[in-house]
Amino acid sequence: MLQEVAQKETGDLVINVGPQHPSTHGVLHLVITLNGETIKKVEPHLGYIHRSIEKMCESLSYRQFIYSTSRMDYLSAHINNHACALAVEKGLQIEIPERAQVIRVLMDELTRLASHQLWWGALAMDVGAITPFFHAFREREVLNDIMEETCGARLTMNYMVPGGVMFDLHPNFQSRVKDFITLFKSKLPEYDELVTGNVIFQNRMKQVGFISAEDAVSYGCTGPTLRGSGVSCDIRKHHPYELYDKLQFTEPLETGGDCWARYLVRMEEMRQSLHIVEQLIDNIPEGEFQAKTKAVLKLPKGEFYSRVETARGELGVYIVSEGGLTPYRIKFRSPGFSNLSALDHMARGQKIGDLVAIMGTLDLVIPDIDR
Amino acid sequence: MEFSLSAIANQVDTWLHANCASWLALTIEFVIVGLLCIALFAVLGLVLIMMERKVSAYMQLRLGPNRVGPKGMFQTLADTLKLLVKEGLTPNGADKFLFNLAPFIVMIAAMLVLAPIGFAKDFVIWDINIGVLYISAISSIGVIGILMAGWASNNKYSLLGAMRSGAQIVSYELSAGLSILTIVIFTQDMSMGQIVASQADGWWIWKGHIPVIISFIIFLIAVTAETNRAPFDLAEAESELTAGFHTEYSGMKFALFFLAEYVNIFIVCAVGATLFLGGWMPLHIGNWADFNRIMDYIPSSVWFFGKTFFLIFVIMWFRWTFPRLRIDQLLNLEWKYLLPISMFNLLLATFIAIQGWYL
Amino acid sequence: MNREELQSAITALNADITFEEGGEYLTANIPADACRDIMQALHNLPAFEMDYMFCLTCVDWKTHLTMVYHLESRKHAHAVVIKSKLDRENPEIETLSDIWRTAEFLEREVYDLFGVRFIHHSDLRRLLLTDDWEGYPLRKDYEDPINMIKL
Repeated sequence: MLQEVAQKETGDLVINVGPQHPSTHGVLHLVITLNGETIKKVEPHLGYIHRSIEKMCESLSYRQFIYSTSRMDYLSAHINNHACALAVEKGLQIEIPERAQVIRVLMDELTRLASHQLWWGALAMDVGAITPFFHAFREREVLNDIMEETCGARLTMNYMVPGGVMFDLHPNFQSRVKDFITLFKSKLPEYDELVTGNVIFQNRMKQVGFISAEDAVSYGCTGPTLRGSGVSCDIRKHHPYELYDKLQFTEPLETGGDCWARYLVRMEEMRQSLHIVEQLIDNIPEGEFQAKTKAVLKLPKGEFYSRVETARGELGVYIVSEGGLTPYRIKFRSPGFSNLSALDHMARGQKIGDLVAIMGTLDLVIPDIDR
Repeated sequence: MEFSLSAIANQVDTWLHANCASWLALTIEFVIVGLLCIALFAVLGLVLIMMERKVSAYMQLRLGPNRVGPKGMFQTLADTLKLLVKEGLTPNGADKFLFNLAPFIVMIAAMLVLAPIGFAKDFVIWDINIGVLYISAISSIGVIGILMAGWASNNKYSLLGAMRSGAQIVSYELSAGLSILTIVIFTQDMSMGQIVASQADGWWIWKGHIPVIISFIIFLIAVTAETNRAPFDLAEAESELTAGFHTEYSGMKFALFFLAEYVNIFIVCAVGATLFLGGWMPLHIGNWADFNRIMDYIPSSVWFFGKTFFLIFVIMWFRWTFPRLRIDQLLNLEWKYLLPISMFNLLLATFIAIQGWYL
Repeated sequence: MNREELQSAITALNADITFEEGGEYLTANIPADACRDIMQALHNLPAFEMDYMFCLTCVDWKTHLTMVYHLESRKHAHAVVIKSKLDRENPEIETLSDIWRTAEFLEREVYDLFGVRFIHHSDLRRLLLTDDWEGYPLRKDYEDPINMIKL
């Protein structure tokens, strides 16, 4: 009947999902073309939270512009700052003290954990289970408190600066992180019991939003999205920065290419992050937390590109310098942007409910896409 | 001295007949029953919404409402007040007549089902001899209101929600009906009063063996779907269709849908409690005369409401635990699994009933 | 392939390619009209197999625009930066969106913010800004007295 109605009037049923919609996690606007419940086409309309951070950065100094990047992918603020700091350090050719490196890696991994926790809760909420969201926030709260104590902020940390980190760790940091590790290890099985093992949840995830390895690479998908299709792409493994080449962790790979594979990859990533934190927390070396840098930073003429692995995939920071006080041009290669471009490919032929699940497993953060 | 609702009802009846003409007495009784129904609805709405909030809160590591009144008990009342004074918008493109009619259809359908349910011993509005059939028939009217709301809203989300709801309720009614039939086979009567009476020596869930247990489970699943509750809340599906069929409703009209949902939950749970858990019948165990006597001291209305609220709690438990199914999975579950199982189960029940193996 | 091998292999594709000194990645300047052929070769030839485009952007040099493509091969683990000069008044270049699907959105972004027209792009519309937006914000001479923050 729906089909008839659709054909009579417009030929297709076109629905605007967003910019205000419960499952778009922000102001993403999707125009979806439907045939009954089946999706024929998904067309993202972006820009509702476009602040032109790239343009803004052109008039900010190398110390200042890092702060605006916390506002891009707010869930991995540390990692964004880290990528920028790395790019600037590449230009300045400074060596970072070991203590600063350890702190950076610790913070990155804790951020990744916090981000994945939120993703887990939000995904469950997208597919209709509201309770896991609160369970995820229970543990995330502990992490936020740890962050707040050291960085002074809970979301936009601005803790990494060129040359190291802004302040030293809070004296409580070590013990609180250790408490968190014990806590989270006991809670992870609970996550699995509540959601992973649920038959309805598995049915919602399996054979949904399939993307082949070849297509995923072509679409520029990175992070868990690509690893779910069985392609190894972890920047921490392939282009190691800081200490990552000395640490023991595995890159989880699944070959399914569907939502379920992406889900499993992220769940395993949480365990791996926890493992990295465990390795480092007792071995924070004494020393400086920041290398000596000049008060005013000036990058030599040239181009600097840094790549890091955020919770969503590969973040690239491309700085073009003319030798001045401010970058001549900055480009942020955001993981969410490329992952989103594959959404149409994944969602075609699926149901509306699947679209929500696919968006959930892509873990879209809209400010990261719009910048 | 036992507390008994039927005694009060009888006193009122006797007093009315002694003082008025019989037609007047009957009319007054009608009015009283009507008012009681509406009052019950209002109270149920408040109690169930409060219960849902508290149950979900404790499942989600929260406290729930705790500001208005003692332990937040008046929060729902305050919300109702808010909804009452809120402007009920009718969208310009909507079919105004159907749009405004829909919530009342849903509500009235919910009200009608109340008639054959026995709330306590000898306390029932109308113990019709085809009670089970009546419930099955009337409870399907509600879906017309939902379809009406979705169609008249002139909103694509509403339309999709209504279509989903239509497909869902029409399908799940089959399983619900077949699972009820199992009890009818054992009881050999369709009247709700007789079904309760047949459970005096043990509830059907105990003495009906496997077929009744199977049909009880199927009944629970099917009624959860019929009341559009998670994990079958596809008609609303917040993360997909924003609010489904009632996207465009506001104010009191929205409140009526909301209330109807909770009243429907109460009704299906009451039916479930009556059919499978013995309605107002106390828990009796075989020859334990003393135990049985103690159980009899508990008023029958307490038994009835206790069982009903237990089932309501179970349905709330479902909602706050499970993710939502997808529309095709929902229909697959019904047509490929539940329906064949219920049919087979019906055969099994018939066989057992013919052999007389129960009890 | 290491840097030198990659450089000689790319030189073999087209005589007009020049290379920049220094930089983290091997950087090649290619003429805009040969862009598509060279890119196709980089993607398809088994020696390169640049299957992953990890960045596509544009830089406004006030006299001209430069398209910058970052390519990487997952198999051979080598990367290359391809640059192509464009006329600032009438910037046009062949689309790469059918070679790397990710370019479809990235090119729309560049079109939106720099005004580069990608020939044969299947769906070249503004991506981030509204359809009736005037000007190209990431160009150096773009002025917006109301919305722009100057520090």
